[in-house]
Amino acid sequence: MELIIAKYNYWIYIMLMMIGFYAMIAKKNLVKKLVGMNIFQTAIILFFVSTASKKGGATIPIIHKGQEIINPAHYMNPLPHVLMLTAIVVMVSTFGVALALAIMIYKKYKTLEEDEIIEILRNRR
Amino acid sequence: MEIVSSIKPVSAIAVSLVAALLILLTGERSRNLREAWTILAAVLKFGIVVSMVPSILDNKILEYTLVSISPGLLIQFKVDALGLFFGITASFLWIITSFYSIGYMRSLKEHAQTRFFMCFAVALSATMGVAFSANMFTTFLFYEIITICTFPLVAHKETPEAIKGARRYITYLLGTSVAFQLVAVILTYNIAGTLDFSNQGILNEAAEKVGNTFVTVIFVLYMAGIAKAAMMPFHSWLPAAMVAPTPVSALLHAVAVVKTGVFVVVKVVLHIFGINLLRELGLGTALAYFASFTIVVASIVALKQDNLKRRLAYSTISQLSYVILGVALLTASSITGSVMHIVLHAFGKITLFFTAGAIYVAAHKTNISELDGIGKEMPFTMTAFTLGALSMIGIPPLGGFLSKWYIGTGAIEAGQLPIVLVLITSTILNACYFLPIVYAAFFKAPSGIHHAASHAPAEPFTVKSGTHENLDILAVPLMVSSSGTPSLCAESHNKNPRANSGTLSAPQAAKDENGGIHEAPPLMLGPLMLTATAALVLFFYPSVFLNLARLVVAGVTGGN
Amino acid sequence: MNIAEHAPILIIVLPLIVSLLNTAVGLWKRDLCYPIAVATLGVVVLLSFNIMGSVIDAGKIHYRLGGWAPPWGIEYVIDHLNAFIAIIVSFISFIVAIYSKRSIEQELTKSKIPYFYSIYLLLTTGLLGITVTGDVFNIYVFLEITSLAAYALIAIGDDRAAMASFNYVIMGTIGACFYLLGVGYLYIMTGTLNMADLSRLLPGLYNSTVILAAFAFFVVGIAIKIAFFPLHRWLPDAYTHAPSTVSALVASTMTKVGAYVMIRIMFTVFEPRFSTEILPMSEILGWAAFAAIIAGSVIALGQTDIKRMISYILVAEVGYIVMGVSIGNRTAFTGAVLHILNDAFMMACLFLVIGAVVYRTGTRNINDFNGLELNKKMPLTMAAFTAVALSMIGVPPTAGFFSKWYLVLGAVVAQKWIFAAALIFSSLVNAILFFRILEKIYFRAAAEHSYDDGHETIVRNEAPVSMLVPIYVMAAGILVLGFYSGDIISKVIQFTVPEGF
Repeated sequence: MELIIAKYNYWIYIMLMMIGFYAMIAKKNLVKKLVGMNIFQTAIILFFVSTASKKGGATIPIIHKGQEIINPAHYMNPLPHVLMLTAIVVMVSTFGVALALAIMIYKKYKTLEEDEIIEILRNRR
Repeated sequence: MEIVSSIKPVSAIAVSLVAALLILLTGERSRNLREAWTILAAVLKFGIVVSMVPSILDNKILEYTLVSISPGLLIQFKVDALGLFFGITASFLWIITSFYSIGYMRSLKEHAQTRFFMCFAVALSATMGVAFSANMFTTFLFYEIITICTFPLVAHKETPEAIKGARRYITYLLGTSVAFQLVAVILTYNIAGTLDFSNQGILNEAAEKVGNTFVTVIFVLYMAGIAKAAMMPFHSWLPAAMVAPTPVSALLHAVAVVKTGVFVVVKVVLHIFGINLLRELGLGTALAYFASFTIVVASIVALKQDNLKRRLAYSTISQLSYVILGVALLTASSITGSVMHIVLHAFGKITLFFTAGAIYVAAHKTNISELDGIGKEMPFTMTAFTLGALSMIGIPPLGGFLSKWYIGTGAIEAGQLPIVLVLITSTILNACYFLPIVYAAFFKAPSGIHHAASHAPAEPFTVKSGTHENLDILAVPLMVSSSGTPSLCAESHNKNPRANSGTLSAPQAAKDENGGIHEAPPLMLGPLMLTATAALVLFFYPSVFLNLARLVVAGVTGGN
Repeated sequence: MNIAEHAPILIIVLPLIVSLLNTAVGLWKRDLCYPIAVATLGVVVLLSFNIMGSVIDAGKIHYRLGGWAPPWGIEYVIDHLNAFIAIIVSFISFIVAIYSKRSIEQELTKSKIPYFYSIYLLLTTGLLGITVTGDVFNIYVFLEITSLAAYALIAIGDDRAAMASFNYVIMGTIGACFYLLGVGYLYIMTGTLNMADLSRLLPGLYNSTVILAAFAFFVVGIAIKIAFFPLHRWLPDAYTHAPSTVSALVASTMTKVGAYVMIRIMFTVFEPRFSTEILPMSEILGWAAFAAIIAGSVIALGQTDIKRMISYILVAEVGYIVMGVSIGNRTAFTGAVLHILNDAFMMACLFLVIGAVVYRTGTRNINDFNGLELNKKMPLTMAAFTAVALSMIGVPPTAGFFSKWYLVLGAVVAQKWIFAAALIFSSLVNAILFFRILEKIYFRAAAEHSYDDGHETIVRNEAPVSMLVPIYVMAAGILVLGFYSGDIISKVIQFTVPEGF
């Protein structure tokens, strides 16, 4: 119990990730798969961002003008945020490409259900 | 032993590679030019190979490193007596086969002749490569090249049957070489740290480290991996490969390919393992009995083959194992015999295949049961056949006797009396499957299936059944005198008005209204008589080969 | 300013900028896109060779991006292995780009050609980025650039390509996310992303479960990206339905770069002993590679679509590389790195040849080859195909033999007989696969067989020169690399072997 509460951020991210993972693998609808993919990716972003925080009310690392003493313990670690900015860009573009593909598929098969598409492909053969 | 750097071995290999390229470039545009390349390359190759003889007899070794890929993996050539021995045989027979195959291919109007001659030239290059290689890596390399470039030759006819045969051919040869031989080579390299052939063998020290069982496993892998030697149970590719055109069967499946196999076996036995190690492990004797098994069983199988080429194939399987047997006995005489058998069997067997091809071209017959009386139509061919068969059986004064004699002596030296028994049995079996053909060809009345010729009136060379002794007496000297010069053959051939030697018209077209002699075209007849004569001559003048064989033996046994 | 000094960044920035530029140029003059792309890649090839030269002369190159000192800034570190992979990637992209012209004109509407070259250059950018960077997060970014470009390129292909590409997106994203998680875990524990820094800090933390988890995430993530058995399902679909040019490029480079990342993570970021002593990852990977080789080969036997067949062979070849890496001795590792090179050439050449066949005949079904008389129609292409086929089987003196030699020898030295057996088995299966095709190409079907030749007129319809030249560069490469494999090993590969082997 102690473990769960102390590390709640990890548990949440793992839960989210598993939900997304399930959707990506098990759902038959292509858009649902993509939604799952987004949840999956967001979970990882959350995980990274949560690692940046520090106990004791650390805040965003913006330094006031004229501030003399800088104690790192008072500020969150900015690097994970920066990394995640990059990662978000990557993920958004992945999502964009995937949606474009979904549109292509829809135009071709008039459906987004995976098993129906497989059926169509099989009949075509 | 003095080691001399020389480019000769490489040029012997390169000459037919260049020829292959020229053949490809010339193509169907000018057939005569294309064939000229083949013959030119063959003669040049033989010339280069022969030019190495004096230095080898001088106890020198010619060496050339072509590429050094990484330490231990070198494409390197080293001409020693054994390699030269094989090289001379193969390159000499290539000249003869070239003429023969030109005759054969043109008579039958075969397709894809460019491919045929090109692959043939490459195959010969690779054969020289094996003959002159200085280490097991180079050997393996050329061994594989032979397999691959003969594949199109076996499948040449492109009938389902031919493709099936070719498939079996490639499966056995490539399969075993990758699955067993390559592994054996890698294991050898791993424990010995080198792959260079050495007269003492390279595994002696390693054997102490890794133990006898391991070395035995490597030995078994080698023997299983050299399927070209057609030792049972890896023999069945050879009869399957008989779907190939006869020149291919003749040169490749009686000389180049299969002899490469036994040559590599000899190399492995003498230069990788070494006599001492094998004696210690008792592997020589084991191999000898294995080979004996093949000798006897293949001979028995040969008895019931009706297809002439298949019978010859099984005979080859059996004869190849003589070479292995000889070397496996590990005594001086037996090794001499074994090495001699490489060349003597080559001449004998190529004659037999040539005759099979000649019969096919002239009479379109492939089965032994159809050959009754063919000796009257094709007296030269069948006489050559008789000589080849006698050499196979090992009857003096034909070459085959010599090698059997040496192997037999070796068996006695080694104290292996059962092996002597095997030799005797096999000789009897050889007689059993060859002599009936000779008998049927000369003394049986032609069967009804065969048309015109049988009803034909007697003509100059047809001899009545009663006078067969005369024929033999007459024909042998005749052939000896005539065969050396193809022009003479052509002359004698001109007695047949139809087959015009100049234009190489298909002889089967010349339906035998006038009956009588109905021989294959002179381009085929000449070669087969030449080789038959050679089988005879080699009995009386084996000195060059015998000297080389003695050098081989002296090297590996440490004598002299 | 010395240009050569900045080569590590130039090989990434140059294609990136030209990629954007190309789109703009395409609006103005479409025909310019092809020469621009080829020229750029040509320059990149020269730069990669330049990098290799300076690595051989002066050892490791450290390039600080923007002048920031590591571990704060991103550092590009190039040693022999990076430079080696960079040459492979840039060279093959260059050659395939030359080839692409005719093939892509046939497969794509004209208006989209500028975009094709843009994405093509982007893919190269990503691959080279992965290769040169010394920062684990940077690898993730480039990995995704590569993958995104690949998704788009694959989707151009035939009518099943979109679906194949979609599945690839899903799998690829999972792989990338796993990799990212691994990065996150490492960062939590060490606070750095720089590889050199990580390798200094990690040994003290080897017993932490977080590090174990990070390592596992890395390996699984990369395994998905390189289609390592049993995570290979996306690859055959994607590579079969992609355009010929794209298949050639991605098949020969992406899996190889992925394998490079695996080597980096396992042996640079972590020490080699980590994957043998602390986590039995080498053992696991070795057996999975064993399964990959056997399964890839066996499944390839059942395929009639030649591209799909080769895709499955690729799955087996990835198994080769991973097996060589996992065996864990000098010889096997040398074999694995050599095989990265050889397999890149062989795969590129195979797909290029098939592309040419598809371009001329429109079929890639093996059974159709029977009546096509390909040996007469396209003799030169088929000669090249024969050379590659022999290399795939591992016939000396082609390149394929030598990498196989070192791999098998490595397995033998390590006394892993079963691994050696798997490698040999795969060679035998390749022999069956390729001889089956060669037979169809060179020998006519029985029904049409006749003895007279020359009466039929078979129109010789060789592939265009712009396709033939790249094919021959690759095929010649396979032969030449075979002869020079000793030199390549002694000049480059021996320095890539991690310490402790």
